[in-house]
Amino acid sequence: MLTNRLIACFDIRNGMVTKAHKFQDNIDILPAEKMARLMYEDRIDEIIFYDITASAEKRKIDLETVKNVAREIFVPFTVGGGIRSLADMYEVLKAGAEKISIDSMAVRNPELIRKGADAFGTQCIVLSMQVKKVPSTEKIPSGYEVYIDGARVATGMDALQWAVKGESLGAGEIVVNSIDNDGTHSGYDLEITRMISNAVKIPVVASGGAGHPSHLIDVFTKTGASAAIISSMLYSPRMPRNYTVRELKDELIAAGISMRPWELS
Amino acid sequence: MLGVINYKAGNSTSVLNALDKIGCDAALVESKEELSECSGIILPGVGSADATMQSLRDLDMVDLLTEMVLVRKTPFLGICVGLQVLFDTSEEGHIECLGWLGGKVVRFDDKAVRVPQIGWNRVSFRRDSQLLDGLKEGYFYFVNSYYAIPEDESIVLGTTEYGVEFCSVLEYGNIRAAQCHLEKSGETGLRILRNFAALSGSLK
Repeated sequence: MLTNRLIACFDIRNGMVTKAHKFQDNIDILPAEKMARLMYEDRIDEIIFYDITASAEKRKIDLETVKNVAREIFVPFTVGGGIRSLADMYEVLKAGAEKISIDSMAVRNPELIRKGADAFGTQCIVLSMQVKKVPSTEKIPSGYEVYIDGARVATGMDALQWAVKGESLGAGEIVVNSIDNDGTHSGYDLEITRMISNAVKIPVVASGGAGHPSHLIDVFTKTGASAAIISSMLYSPRMPRNYTVRELKDELIAAGISMRPWELS
Repeated sequence: MLGVINYKAGNSTSVLNALDKIGCDAALVESKEELSECSGIILPGVGSADATMQSLRDLDMVDLLTEMVLVRKTPFLGICVGLQVLFDTSEEGHIECLGWLGGKVVRFDDKAVRVPQIGWNRVSFRRDSQLLDGLKEGYFYFVNSYYAIPEDESIVLGTTEYGVEFCSVLEYGNIRAAQCHLEKSGETGLRILRNFAALSGSLK
């Protein structure tokens, strides 16, 4: 049986893992490679790393940090932020990442998904989307709109339609990040996660809002998501408490969710 | 020295990082000259069987690789697509594969399961092997749309369930291969890489 995945997500700024609230007020926590090492040793299933200022500062991704992290962890590693071209993708993969996450750039240039999938395989291309609940209209029938540029700019695009288009262009996985729930620690947006999960065949990764193990149980039992992104609950000093990967895995397995056990055979 | 065949669509960096971690004497190889000096060979793979075979041809390595593995019995480990190209043909592509092992490579049924399979799945081992020293079973990271069906069942070392029970680890003499990404499967994957490094005499 394929198990559900827990993915630790780091926002990186100047080589440091940083934590924002509603996309603002960052505080730095630890150097990226040190945090990655801690998570790897606690047997996280996968790691995603976003170079959060690369896009806004119109610079390339911080390849040195990618290399340093890749030397520390032996689980899948996805990198996003500031990736505009096939050449950028190749550099990031060569630095030791397995997968590339594209977000705003994919909206501006959907062909980037197809080109990346043709060059490196669909399994390399993760389409990340920032979605926000809006009134349902003819143009946005799902009631969820895609935002870009750090969730600041509305695109007028329907989230469900964009996910389906992303799959047809060659995305290998889709990360659905709820702007409304991000930073609230009140649980994932189960509705859009379920809608997208039902509409595509590729794995869907739920993101935004996790603060308690029950949120993970909800997302894995109610939406069809294959994986869930967690960050604050692992390491944010703003949370009332943090959880180890081991605690989360034990709790999920006790709830009957299929996970890679923390204990090795 | 353990040689990791380096080709553009592959993920050789990840494999080399993992080998460095376990204290293995390893290097990327990109030419016949470099390949001929290796005491063990790893063929990593991501992407498609066609792309992998085309890259091996572009590097002009196919004949030497076949001679080293089939005649000189150099220890060989294929990973992911590096397992699939050992067979005659793959449903995925049109290029002739290495054909060292009899059997075929077929696609998962996408009416039954999400394709590709992406994530951690369990490998159950059928028999003992030096490759599996220290492991009884384990969870490994998979990314695959296709799987191999060897003609000779006795080469199957490990199996995994994904809609069907498929061959996820195999061993035929000096030829060994895993469908999962050993370099991305945490400590259990590193253990198998270390076992392979040991049996090819490449541990520092």
